[in-house]
Amino acid sequence: MQDSISFFTGFGVNDLWFLGEAALKTLWISVLSISIGTLLGTFFGWVLHEGKLAATLTIAPVLDVFRSVPLIIQLVLFYNFAPIIGLNFDPFVSGVVILTFYTAALVANVARGGIEAVPPSMRRASRSLGMSYWQDLFHVVLPIGGRAVFPAWIGVVLGVMKDSALVSVLGYVELLKASQVLITRTQEPLLILAIAGAFYFALSYPISRYAHKFEQRWSK
Amino acid sequence: MFEYNFHWRPVLKTLPDLIQAGLTTLEVATLSMVIGILLGLCLALIRMNMNGPLKWFAVSWIEMARNTPALFQLFFFGFGLGAIGINLTPYTIILAGLSFNCAGYLAENFRGGFQAVPDTQLKAARCLGMNAWQAYTRIVIPQVFKVIYHPITNQMVWAVLMSSLGMLIGFRELSGETQFFASRTFRIFEYFAVTAVLYYVIVKIILAASRLLAMRLFRY
Repeated sequence: MQDSISFFTGFGVNDLWFLGEAALKTLWISVLSISIGTLLGTFFGWVLHEGKLAATLTIAPVLDVFRSVPLIIQLVLFYNFAPIIGLNFDPFVSGVVILTFYTAALVANVARGGIEAVPPSMRRASRSLGMSYWQDLFHVVLPIGGRAVFPAWIGVVLGVMKDSALVSVLGYVELLKASQVLITRTQEPLLILAIAGAFYFALSYPISRYAHKFEQRWSK
Repeated sequence: MFEYNFHWRPVLKTLPDLIQAGLTTLEVATLSMVIGILLGLCLALIRMNMNGPLKWFAVSWIEMARNTPALFQLFFFGFGLGAIGINLTPYTIILAGLSFNCAGYLAENFRGGFQAVPDTQLKAARCLGMNAWQAYTRIVIPQVFKVIYHPITNQMVWAVLMSSLGMLIGFRELSGETQFFASRTFRIFEYFAVTAVLYYVIVKIILAASRLLAMRLFRY
């Protein structure tokens, strides 16, 4: 007969799997929202560049709101607003929606900078060589402007990946939330936080190194 | 149209408290920026000029700060240090976490700034008879600040936005206060909507102040 019951169990190998799975969830929610957000943001950036006054008065302030309000407030606000207009999203979908718009707002500025980085004379040259507007956009502006703002885009990607930790506020069990769950059970915060930090580091650091290498190759 | 009834009255009644909390947010963000700038400057100088364990320390600080989520860093200062017997108050956790994070990001900005100021400036200053301290504080660092003035402003905005994470570690700044009132009255959407507006206003004030300051500092 056991005379005392222990509520806390130690950290085991299974928990490492649990954290790994959570890291994949972090990766998944980031990849999803970054890819949609980048497409959307590039479109917004193009609209900002082409739309001049009309765009400056309409979508620019909206995008500005996404950049000026903390992500955590955006998440809570959206998660509580969606049911009011009759949408019942689970934490994952809410997280993806907000992260997507957040990414789009950040990428829009980057994309506009990229378009503006291409000298107008070059675009005029491509047009006078008989390219259509869209050919000019895809075969001249995209490769040249894209390279110019690639580091900035990587910065956004890494930022959003780290900010995806905030989705845990809504109850989605990603890496940081999983570490909280394990801390509650094992009562070993230092060890588990170190492991979770290592996972984040392993996700983020290679991307920043790899991007740096690309940059150097292009600058040659 | 909506089945939900908006109740703004409780929010308006506590608006003075929220504004007061907004000042706390501003205070903690400003303080951590000041500490972050000083630490970041040291880290950048160490990383560029020194070798051995000190450089290793600076590099690992910078990479840790840049490659893990800010929330993770706060948890580390909160729960992680708590586990080894260092119990910080929520205010200190936020301050330490934000300073740690800002220092890492600003160190890289400073490094870019130092690289943008030509070597000859330092040499010329030394030739004119200044010692190293004078040359750095009077010639190099002012020029570096001019180069990275804009990134510092951005970082200040980020610090304000990041301080919203105080909500998750029980610090009563703007978000924490909002959370407190929201869970007391269950007017979650209304409270967070007002808070979003307050954050927007704070960010706009910072940007305007920074622009005014730039006009005074950088006119010739």
